[in-house]
Parts: sequence; structure tokens; C-alpha cells
Amino acid sequence: MSTLVEIRNVSKVYERGKQKVEVLHHVDLNIAQGDFLALMGPSGSGKTTLLNLIGGLDSPTQGQISVGGARIDNLNQGALAKWRASNVGFIFQFYNLLPMLSAQKNVELPLLLTKLGAAQRRKNAAIALQLVGLADRAGHKPTELSGGQQQRVAIARAIVSDPTLLVCDEPTGDLDRQSAEDVLGLLQTLNRQHGKTIVMVTHDPKAAEYASHTLHLDKGALVEQAAHV
Amino acid sequence: MKYLHLIWAALFRRKTRTILTLVSITAAFLLFGLLDAVRVSFEQAGQSVNGAERLQTQSRLSFIQTLPSALESRIAAVDGVKDVAYANWFGGAYQDPHNQIFTFAVSPNYLDVYPEVEVDPAQRKAWDATQNGILAGEALIKKYGWKIGDKIPLQSQIFPNKEGSKNWNFDLLGVMKSKDGKAFQSQMIILHWKNFDETTPYNRGQVGWYISRVKDVNDADRVAKAIDALSANSDHETKTMTEQAVMANWIKQSVNISLIVTSIMGAVFFTLLLLTGNTMMQAVRERTSELAVLKTIGFSNTSVLGMVLAESVLLLLLGGIIGLALVSVLSPAISQGSGGVLNLPRVGGTTWVLGVALALAIGLVIGGLPALRAMRLNIVDALAGR
Repeated sequence: MSTLVEIRNVSKVYERGKQKVEVLHHVDLNIAQGDFLALMGPSGSGKTTLLNLIGGLDSPTQGQISVGGARIDNLNQGALAKWRASNVGFIFQFYNLLPMLSAQKNVELPLLLTKLGAAQRRKNAAIALQLVGLADRAGHKPTELSGGQQQRVAIARAIVSDPTLLVCDEPTGDLDRQSAEDVLGLLQTLNRQHGKTIVMVTHDPKAAEYASHTLHLDKGALVEQAAHV
Repeated sequence: MKYLHLIWAALFRRKTRTILTLVSITAAFLLFGLLDAVRVSFEQAGQSVNGAERLQTQSRLSFIQTLPSALESRIAAVDGVKDVAYANWFGGAYQDPHNQIFTFAVSPNYLDVYPEVEVDPAQRKAWDATQNGILAGEALIKKYGWKIGDKIPLQSQIFPNKEGSKNWNFDLLGVMKSKDGKAFQSQMIILHWKNFDETTPYNRGQVGWYISRVKDVNDADRVAKAIDALSANSDHETKTMTEQAVMANWIKQSVNISLIVTSIMGAVFFTLLLLTGNTMMQAVRERTSELAVLKTIGFSNTSVLGMVLAESVLLLLLGGIIGLALVSVLSPAISQGSGGVLNLPRVGGTTWVLGVALALAIGLVIGGLPALRAMRLNIVDALAGR
């Protein structure tokens, strides 16, 4: 498999007041196209920071990050926003749906940044909702949906513009076991049947089992690699 | 345009708060529209008299200057004049100097030029025959609980009687009612000119103002000019205007309407700026994580800036348009209710343009700071709740 994400000697330093905190130290990592990678580690180990760098939400203090052969570490904010819009789908722990919009309108959000017309946007959003099994809930507001359903709407929003890479930050952290398994199964399907490359941060070893392999981070460095069947 | 539903949804995310804010904006623009109409009404007063059935002629110098009674026959002879009456200010206070009542000494035919004023024929006959008689407006009679036949003591501000006292006593002989609810006479008292002129030593041969009825309302401008031409270059030059214009001029000589309107509007919009600005700041602060999500998805900083600005401008425009539309509805009712004192014009193009420009400007000002904050929002910090 070809490499989709290439991380070379990446460090990230945050300034908190007068203090400088190095969250990632010289990390090297390759993520293959079509991979489903779980990132685990204790709180403060740097896994969310690494995820943010891979998703183009933040820039490294040092090192290079390439995704799909394109360097993203040196892009300015505007260019990074454009890049994210067409290459990455995001799934958060607390779903982060817009509460005043229906499920359908939430899913359509990324398509507002494309040149698609209103009818096509509606159609694509309907397909995405169908894919996550929520076609019948398209008109419902987030508050009218369960946690698991909200996360599936968030997944539909993440995949609607057909990105190559999905980054998930604790996608099951706020769900009960059954809903978590549904969501993880859905991610697995997206990975196996639709070829999406997924990077998922999780604290939950059971969630990590759905990934094809797991990386552990501790104190800002990769420490271990485990492969799953 | 494709973001409009997003902006609209964000605006009404907290319906109660947005509606309350909208109500305050609407109230501010309602006040703006009404006060602007008052200002325009005062500015326009006296510019044209066409369309007016009655004209009032008074001294060009000041409304307190009197005119010679000899002008009556000359005005009556002007082509286009149907009939002429005259009156003078008496200025009566009832029981207390604070109870000022519009009281005019009027010519015998005064009521003929005001056909909208209704007096019972028997009462009118009694009044015509009694030199010390007065007619009082219906509203006044109700206010003070007077009855026909009552002796009404009035204190003139200016004119003494034969004994040198300013306390006059009159017999109430009739009620003036307004047929259409517009006549200002329902708030006033009239007394006989002859009684006034012969009793007070201060007013021999002088008239406060003339009221002329014109034959053709579309000819009023020409008639007004012809009346004023009678006294041109004399020591008693006149100014002939509509009754609304006279009232407006009278108020304009007492107060600076433009300054009052501008001051009130300044205070109203400054308060609106603080109130709505605070609401917008709060609304955007509450949506920090939602704005961060939009940026995460790929909305640019300028798109987020534009959406927050558009939200605030939309709120102001909505309130402004509703407020001005209400003025359009209320103005005619207020004009009618004022009994002819105020003649508010329709909300004109200039007022609409000014109102919309104000709404835009205020929207941009109050949206500016929250929009900048939204634009500068750091995604990672916002998502982490920092």
C-alpha cells in the first residue's frame, strides 16, 4: 500500500504563558493509504496534538508533514482550510453538530464549500445519511437524536465530500457500549469497503481493536506498535 | 446567498433573546421614523399651501404681532377667496395658571369657516345673541365637568378688562363638537370679538390673524401669495400658510425641533449600540465551538467573519425594516389623532435610505468585534474549550 501520511521529525511546542511545553518530540510516522490506525496513550501524551497536525488543524513547530504527497506543514491558515475542506473528514467525541440545523443540513455543511448546486448538495447529503443508516432522521435536529445517532450524523458529515482521510478524536468516548460498537463498525465499513484512511484517537482498548493496528504515544513519543487482525 | 440559511439559523438559535433584541431594534427604528417624520413635517410646513382649503394669514415678523382690521375687506376682495374670518389670542387660564386653555376671541363668522365644528343650532343662536357668551370644546367640558349655563372665570395672560383686571367671567352657552374628530376646537374656547374688542383697552382695531377659505384648493398657493402681496413693503407684512404650517412655525419658534430629534435619536441609537453589541458578543461567545467546527470543516477565516457580520446586519435590517413599516402604518393614525396639530408625511424614500443605511452601519459596528473574535478563533483551543 502507498503511503498517504508521512510525518518526519515532527515536534510541537506550545507556549502557555511564559512556559514552553513540548508536546511532541521528533515523531516519525508513515500511515498507508487505506489504513485504520488507532492512537492510544495516557492523557497529555500528545495523541490529540498529533491528530490535529495530521488533520491540518495545527502546524508543527518543527518537521515535515505530507499528506497524499503534498506538504501541509508550511501552508498558511487559508490554504490549510481549503486543504481540509477537500481532503479530511473530522469526527469528534461530542459530535459537534450545529444544534439549530437538521441532520440533513448538518451533513450538507462541507458541501457549501464546493461548487455543487443546492439540489446536488441535498442529494449527496441524503446518500451519506443513508450510508450511516439515518435516512429516516434527515429532518431531525441533533437534540431529537440519541448520542449514537448524532455521532452517525457526524460521520455522514465527515464523509459527504468524499475525503481520503478521516480523523476521529475519541469518537466513542461519549457513547454507551452498543452505540460505540455501531459507530466503530461503521468506521470499519468505511475503511474496508470504501477505502477511507482512518486515524482514530482513543482511550478504549476495545475501540482500538476495530483498527488494523494501534500506535501508543507516551510523553510525546511513539513507543509501541500493535497490529490487529 | 448559499450561507443564508446558516446565518438565519444562527440568528434564531436562541429565539427568545433574538426576538427581544429585535423588538428593541424595531422600537428604536419606530422612534427614528416617527421623529424623522415630525422633523420633515416641520421642515415642509409652509413650503406649499396647495391642497389646503383654509389659509391663515399672520404677521411675517412674529405670531404675536397683530395686523390691522382694515385688511379684512382687502383679503375678502382677493380673487379666489371664498370668505374671511379673524381671531385673536386671548390666553385663558382656568382656576390655576397651569390650566391653560386655548381661548380665542373670534369674528361672528368664525364658525362658518370651520364647517367641521358642530354646534347645536339653539346653542349657537343663544351664543350669537349674548355678548358675554362663550362656546367650549366638548373635550374641555368633559375634562372640567362644566354644564351649559355655568359661569366660567378665565384669566387672560395679556388682556385686562375695563376694570383693569385680567380676570374675566363668561357664560358658557354651547358645546363645540368635532364632526370628524380632527377639529382642534374641541379643545378650546371661543368668545365674541365684539366683547373682547370693546372690553379690553389694548386691542382697538387690531386682529391676531385672518382665516380665509379658498374657492379652489389647487389655487391655494396663488391665493396665499396674492394675500401676502397686499401688505408687501408695509409695516405689517404678512405670511399666509396652512394651519398645520402655522402650528409648526409656532412650535419652531419655541423649540429647536431638529436638535431635539437629533439628540433623542443619538441617545436611542447609542443605547441600541451597547445593548445589541452586548447581545451579539454573547451570542458569538456561546457558539465558540460551533464556529470552530465550521473552521475545522474548511470555512475560511473571512467566511466566518462575513457570516457573523451578516448575522448582525441581518438582525438590524430586520428590526429597522419592521420599525419603518410600522411608522408607515402609524403615521396616518397619529396625524388623525393629533386633531390637525401634526401632519406626519408618509415614510419617504430618503427616510427609508437613511434608515437602511443606519441599520447597516450599526449592524457592522456591533458585529465588528464579535466577527473579528470569530475570525481569529484558534480551532485547537476552541475545540479544547480553552
